[in-house]
Amino acid sequence: MEARKVKMRGNINNTVAQIKVLIEHPMETGTRRDEAGDVIPAHFIQEVICQHNDQVVLSAEWGTSISKNPYFAFNINEAKSGDVVKVSWTDNLGETSAGDITLK
Amino acid sequence: MRLQPSRRRFIQGVMSIIALSAIPLQLLARSTKAFQATALDTVYKELFGDLPVEESADIMLEIPDIAENGAVVPVSVTTSIAGAEAIYVVIDMNPNPLSATFKLTPASPADISIRVKMGKSSMVRALVKTADKVYMTGKEVKVTIGGCGG
Repeated sequence: MEARKVKMRGNINNTVAQIKVLIEHPMETGTRRDEAGDVIPAHFIQEVICQHNDQVVLSAEWGTSISKNPYFAFNINEAKSGDVVKVSWTDNLGETSAGDITLK
Repeated sequence: MRLQPSRRRFIQGVMSIIALSAIPLQLLARSTKAFQATALDTVYKELFGDLPVEESADIMLEIPDIAENGAVVPVSVTTSIAGAEAIYVVIDMNPNPLSATFKLTPASPADISIRVKMGKSSMVRALVKTADKVYMTGKEVKVTIGGCGG
């Protein structure tokens, strides 16, 4: 299967970069049922790691109550033009994907 | 007596293997129990042990008073608390109240935004943990259309 997309945007304000991330993911809770009445198995992102030039600056754990196609935003101190920010995730089925941007 | 040194070495070896294998486990440990908990008390206990949770005005929780669509509720949490190590988002009335945890580092200011699902109207809490304290602020959010299996 093709890796799910991770879209990112970054803006530097003075020395703080604001990073916005949009991840393509169903975030199934495991409590919903399909039209036939069968439970749709849980499928959700569990772990998100944010790196700034290969250094981990923020790590997150998510449960099933994060919205479908998760959007989240965070900040990075002491960021400058040319820095690389990478976000990678792993879900409960072991699927994984990542995205990165070079700050302008 | 001759057996003593080798027995000591054997025990040391076993102990070091236990010590070594325990380290990566701790680093990788996901707060699974906290995420699976169905009651607020259990979430607190799994996350913070016996640390008391104190209300604080130094956590800014931004969330709409009325969420028209429970499937997508924007939440922002910022804090001015010094030494904040982690931010937690908890939704009391969801089947599993713990929604997200963010482990902070000095390189990332305590300022995060995310979108969550809410099954029904509920108290939404933002918690901030420092080395020895836990701070909390909460807000009641009304949901007109639920976001869980609705």
